Amino acid sequence: MKAVYVISENIISSLGFTATGNADAFLSGKTGIRIHHDDKLSSNPLAISLVDTGEMELKFELIMKLYKKEQSPSFFTRLEKLLILSVSDAIQNLQLRPGNKKVILVISTTKGNIDLLEDRFKAKFDHKRIYLWALASVVKDFFGFANTPIIISNACISGVMALIASSRLLRSGKYETAVVAGGDIATEFVISGFQSFQALSTEPCKPFDINRKGLSLGEGCGTIVLSTNPGDGNTERILVMGGSVSNDANHISGPSRTGEELSMAMNAAIGESGILNRDIDYINAHGTATLFNDEMEAKAVSLSKMDKVPLNSFKGYWGHTLGASGLMESAAIIQSMKLNRLFSSAGFEVPGFPGRINVISETIFKPVNTALKTASGFGGCNAALVFQKT
Amino acid sequence: MQPWYFRKPEMEKLITAYTYIEEGKVFADMRLIFYQEKIATFAEFIKALYKQEQITYPKFYKMDSLSKLGFICAELLLRHENPGRFKSGSLAVVLANSSSSLDTDLLHQNSIRNRSAYFPSPSVFVYTLANIVIGEICIRHGLKGENAFLISEKFNPSTLKDYVSEILDNHRAEACICGWIEILGNNFKAMMTLVENESTANLLNDFRPMPFTEASLNEIIKVN
Amino acid sequence: MDELINKLKKEVITQLNLEDISEDDINPDSPLFGEGLGLDSIDALELIVLLEKNYGIKIEDPKDGKKIFHSIRTMAEYITEHQKKA
Repeated sequence: MKAVYVISENIISSLGFTATGNADAFLSGKTGIRIHHDDKLSSNPLAISLVDTGEMELKFELIMKLYKKEQSPSFFTRLEKLLILSVSDAIQNLQLRPGNKKVILVISTTKGNIDLLEDRFKAKFDHKRIYLWALASVVKDFFGFANTPIIISNACISGVMALIASSRLLRSGKYETAVVAGGDIATEFVISGFQSFQALSTEPCKPFDINRKGLSLGEGCGTIVLSTNPGDGNTERILVMGGSVSNDANHISGPSRTGEELSMAMNAAIGESGILNRDIDYINAHGTATLFNDEMEAKAVSLSKMDKVPLNSFKGYWGHTLGASGLMESAAIIQSMKLNRLFSSAGFEVPGFPGRINVISETIFKPVNTALKTASGFGGCNAALVFQKT
Repeated sequence: MQPWYFRKPEMEKLITAYTYIEEGKVFADMRLIFYQEKIATFAEFIKALYKQEQITYPKFYKMDSLSKLGFICAELLLRHENPGRFKSGSLAVVLANSSSSLDTDLLHQNSIRNRSAYFPSPSVFVYTLANIVIGEICIRHGLKGENAFLISEKFNPSTLKDYVSEILDNHRAEACICGWIEILGNNFKAMMTLVENESTANLLNDFRPMPFTEASLNEIIKVN
Repeated sequence: MDELINKLKKEVITQLNLEDISEDDINPDSPLFGEGLGLDSIDALELIVLLEKNYGIKIEDPKDGKKIFHSIRTMAEYITEHQKKA
């Protein structure tokens, strides 16, 4: 298959504003999930992972100066600021010219600027910024991208799907470079919804652990730049390989009870990559820490005969960042591959799943050449993607 | 999915069926099957259509407007197909719209406006994601393969054509439901096409297939 | 109790969008989940919202839901018991 290279990446989260910064935080074993009391988000205290607003505003002002923007920073919504910061960090050392017709911006988000539905924001922003295409347009115009962005909104698999869609488009020759950026923010809208599902844990989440009590939400952004030209960016040659999307066709919110559809997607992604399941060195799972999701994933990994493969979830560090998760977590996989380090699955202590999958309980040095990313989401969707060093 | 060296070059693709729904009008099977001079609300319109077409699916009433619209479109699109024809995984679903799930988002936001009467509803919240309509279609028809939901300001046949063509060219599916499902309040417009490779297409007797091109997609969505 | 049962039937039909079902179709002693109405996990969560919204009763542990929501009658009994305590 035509080579698609990962030439650069960025992560913005509670743990930092760069991919390497977040990797360092992982190495120190920090979690970004804290107990917050913020009445704008909920009447109850929340275990949640939030980006530092003060630091975000400072960095954004610097970027405005760098790009010689005349507007006031207050023109931009929280999510727009985060996306712009993320993209700017990812492209800053590249030869990339956003105005080139062979460059495409791809945006992944579940709810975009949904905070604008709140009364306190109605007077501050044009109501059309609620639309995901308007949000994408703001990012497009900031950097001067020539093409209309492609927007993927497919629940929690959006980020992985955005990478899959981008790599397929690059292989078709339609574009040469894709700047794939995903983000979602913490809002009362989303928090109240998950509360109605009784899905939130009162403490930081514990993926795959026997005492897991639900998910922790998080906000953040991830950007990955893909290109068919390896020349620019990363010195390590890391490729995006095969990817596949499937559907459980079972229930709109509960996952498949067997995991076979996720297993199908994993096998298809691996098969398309021209390798075998036993060639996978490392799996980064979705691992939301709900009872049913983690159970389903454990079954899927077993069905695909990858029980022995070291596996982790990053949600113990960042919470579930929804539309950003696939991109932030893929960028963290790239860090693992660059550092040859397998990060411990934060929050995991005692196994709580059927079968014997191999959840990483402490950070270790290990060569990571071929990694598998999986994700699942509301609507019964699943996605799987392979990364490989050349 | 076959390794790259077995892949054939781009194949001819056909639209072998389509449905189109807008306020008061429904086209399926190449003809106008439903017409209402003045529609009062979407809810009444879609219920009348559901009953007229004698669809029986109790979960229909739990769906939000976007899912009801997409569900019925798919129901009308596929009803003449042999149910065993698409082995699970071989029929993909690629849909798009402009407002995502905003119609339902507004309902959810309303339920949390007032802290003293704070009753967010899980059955509303679950529909605050545009791709749930794909989930409903997949559950109904047992579709386990590729699926995607894209957003664009206006109907964008170019991106849809690229995405769907790639899926069929690389044998990720044998056929694909490709459509635009847009609703906000009582304003709605939806179209769904069944796209297949010419070599394996199943042509129904009275349907004249159209080539899968941007021009064809534009023609269908402008049907009056 | 009968009055509450009839009221509950109406409320359940509304809250769960059971449009093609009338109160006469619901037997107060039939299981709500499994067969009969074919309710699912989201419906179970909606019933929790119903109890809080219409009767001010908060269910602390969702696992108790199985017993409480077994049938319309068990729901009515639970409401009667907990409204007395309040």
